[in-house]
Amino acid sequence: MNAPEKAFAMTSWRKVGSVEDIPQLGARVVKSEHGDIALFRNADDEVFALLDKCPHKGGPLSQGIVFGRHVACPLHNWSIGLADGQAVAPDVGCAQRFETKVENGFVLLKM
Amino acid sequence: MQKLKLVMVGNGMAGVRTLEELLKIAPDLYDITVFGAEPYANYNRILLSPVLAGEMTLKDIMLNDVEWYAANNIVLHLGRKIVKIDRRARKVIAADGTEAEYDRLLLATGSNPFMLPVPGTKFDGVITYRDIADTNAMIEAAANFKHAVVIGGGLLGLEAANGLALRGMHVTVVHLMEWLMERQLDRTAAGMLQRSLEAKGLRFLLNTQTTEIVGGGQDGKVGRVKGVKFKDGSEVATDLVVMAVGIRPNTELAEMAGIHCNRGIVVNDTMQTFDPKIYAVGECVAHRGIAYGLVAPLFEMGKVCANHLANFGIGRYEGSILSTKLKVTGIDLFSAGDFTGGAGAEEIIMHDAMGGIYKKLVIKDNRIVGGVMYGDTVDGSWYLQLLRDKQDVHDIRDHLMFGQSHLGNSGHQGQSKAAAMSDQMEVCGCNGVCKGVIVKAIKEKGLFTVDDVRKHTKASSSCGSCTGLVEQILASTVGGAYQPAQSKNKPVCACTDHTHEETRRMIREHKLLSVPEVMKFMEWRTPNGCATCRPALNYYLISTWPHEAKDDPQSRFINERAHANIQKDGTYSVVPRMWGGSTTAAELRRIADVVDKYKIPTVKVTGGQRMDLLGVKKEDLPGVWRDLGMPSGHAYAKALRTVKTCVGSEWCRFGVQDSTQMGIDLEKDLWRMYAPHKVKLAVSGCPRNCAESGIKDVGVIGVESGWEIYIAGNGGIKTEVAQFLCKVTSREEVLEHAGAFLQLYREEARYLDRTVHYVARAGIDYVKQRIVEDAAGRKALYGRLRFALKDAPDPWQERAQGVAKHEFEALTV
Repeated sequence: MNAPEKAFAMTSWRKVGSVEDIPQLGARVVKSEHGDIALFRNADDEVFALLDKCPHKGGPLSQGIVFGRHVACPLHNWSIGLADGQAVAPDVGCAQRFETKVENGFVLLKM
Repeated sequence: MQKLKLVMVGNGMAGVRTLEELLKIAPDLYDITVFGAEPYANYNRILLSPVLAGEMTLKDIMLNDVEWYAANNIVLHLGRKIVKIDRRARKVIAADGTEAEYDRLLLATGSNPFMLPVPGTKFDGVITYRDIADTNAMIEAAANFKHAVVIGGGLLGLEAANGLALRGMHVTVVHLMEWLMERQLDRTAAGMLQRSLEAKGLRFLLNTQTTEIVGGGQDGKVGRVKGVKFKDGSEVATDLVVMAVGIRPNTELAEMAGIHCNRGIVVNDTMQTFDPKIYAVGECVAHRGIAYGLVAPLFEMGKVCANHLANFGIGRYEGSILSTKLKVTGIDLFSAGDFTGGAGAEEIIMHDAMGGIYKKLVIKDNRIVGGVMYGDTVDGSWYLQLLRDKQDVHDIRDHLMFGQSHLGNSGHQGQSKAAAMSDQMEVCGCNGVCKGVIVKAIKEKGLFTVDDVRKHTKASSSCGSCTGLVEQILASTVGGAYQPAQSKNKPVCACTDHTHEETRRMIREHKLLSVPEVMKFMEWRTPNGCATCRPALNYYLISTWPHEAKDDPQSRFINERAHANIQKDGTYSVVPRMWGGSTTAAELRRIADVVDKYKIPTVKVTGGQRMDLLGVKKEDLPGVWRDLGMPSGHAYAKALRTVKTCVGSEWCRFGVQDSTQMGIDLEKDLWRMYAPHKVKLAVSGCPRNCAESGIKDVGVIGVESGWEIYIAGNGGIKTEVAQFLCKVTSREEVLEHAGAFLQLYREEARYLDRTVHYVARAGIDYVKQRIVEDAAGRKALYGRLRFALKDAPDPWQERAQGVAKHEFEALTV
């Protein structure tokens, strides 16, 4: 029924900048039609993307402290997994996750 | 890689706790096999008494069920007793022939109850009190018989007697000594306890030695017990005899294997036995000549042992201070440390015989060394904490007896009796957690520490003022298994076992200059720490090695990284500095223009005598700062915030000193100073103290002849009145004393300690000695502060000129 709509909303890989644009153990905000997306880079130069909204009270995850493969929300210190968006137990919740890949030093975001 | 094999013999609380700790820190190091002689998984032995008393069921006291072992890939052999350790082949052999090889062996064989060597112990109905089988035997006896004798008036004996009485038996407690629980109580408290138990229907025979147990039987068959005979010739008829006269470490297996034992399996401070492949924990060990029979020390051992099994090699078990609570409903009793005193000890006693309250604290060299409490034990954990921390109680001595709530520390006045609270009563106001939720979490999740409770329920995780109450609830729910957190040797966070003090010392002694360097040198368990340790490390680095250590913005909390104060909606607030609360028409005009230009929704006057511009978008921050042209107020930072002033002698008809100018001078002297936590000052121009100097980190009050300096006040969660430091006459002296004290705090406090916490720990006398008496030391401290602040930049000016641009600009797709 809604196949045409689906096709229309098909996702694609979009270039958002270079890995170097993101500070190590830090994040940048990407403005998009889905809202703000937080783009993280950890110590191993892995890049992750989550909707910039903590599942707890909507805090901007991009502003948190990044460690290992987690980020601590700046508002109430929930730990959110960068790879899966899941809150660390005993907290429960999930931030929307976006796929990323790095090609020739550039970060691509699937959306 | 092939995993190492760890075999544990004994499946009790100490051993399983060790495994839990091990799995937490090194989940993949070992293949684990456990042998337990009892047919049950791990249960909370301490709570057998409530089971006997009918207040709990066996199901309630299970700590780890069989599924837990399976979920953690632990091979569990229940009901299989290990009879031999073959140390040469490194394997253990069970009675049924089951064998298991080990690379490391953990002995947690516990202890055996002691049977008096008197004739007649073979009769039916003569039992000890140790495990589920004993408990069931007692419950069964209570259902079929009428009379019981409990031999032994110690903790266990009284709990057994109480349980049997509750199940309808007529119970006589026989005790060899002059008073009950003589190892935990003095004569007065024991007397009060005895009277309460007598009121519950128990009968006592003190000073009474058992000589024989008599029983029936015929044709060579052993029959049921009939009575107990005593040394004075008297006799009591009974259908059940419970021996609770003590325990002996179970060393049989270790001794057979030739492992050195001396009233316990002898271990060193890492819980290693004389065979380096074999560790031991729990009631079976003798550590520094002591075998412990209470659970709290066993947990401490477990933690240390796990650390060494995980090859971390940090942490030593250095012995425990024992504390006891009797688990008899309706009787509150607490005992800790050395309550008999001895030479040089003083006693503080409070005794209300009618009200049934008795408290005794034993103090030596201004430190609590022991205590006994009866009737009102709410503050037991607090006293125990003071005892463990060896805290100087000189200053609080006059109200020590009235407890922590009297000091205003348990937060919720008048609600300190945790046990009396109903389940619906709120404990943590910040997170809206009531007692029932906490108790449920403790029971269902098997929580033992305040930290665990905090994690699972959020109670006391925000302002922390209800920590005392949470501790009490924990203590009353888990009984003797509770031990207050070690506030002295607390690790920085779960990433390390090192304390704040050790970390600071290493940074200083080894001249470590960056966060990764510290983590590498001190063997952090995580690759780049967490949101707790990284900001602490960064602060320790920049405060220890100013101008040399690398300040890491990614290890700073967002406010200090962005230099503005994050708000609940993700916008920021900006608070420009107004020196000593003074401003000008030009500044106000610029503020007004900025508010218009950037459409800032809220402008508010703060408590620190300046203005808060709230709701600024992050990308607007550099522009706002540029247009304001005012320096950073650091209203977001662990740093000098404001110096609040009254108008002083310039205008005020009462003023005797120029407090406004003094405030401006102090603020210009100290701004840009990072500290373990925020720092607030105030200067008043006369003793009317309109600037509220009495609740500031440093408060200055002008008097006719000079300035009085007060320190370590706090107007936050818990109001703390600042303490008098000294009186000085000149402006220069005020700057030097205030600066030197803050530098001392910067150098010695733990990250996130306010001055009040630091001074409480270090002692006001120590601070006076360093700042007031030692003039050369004071000048050196002040000199170090001046050096640290020399050429420190104004972060706003830098950013207005384009520093750290990426922080404020978004990317686009």
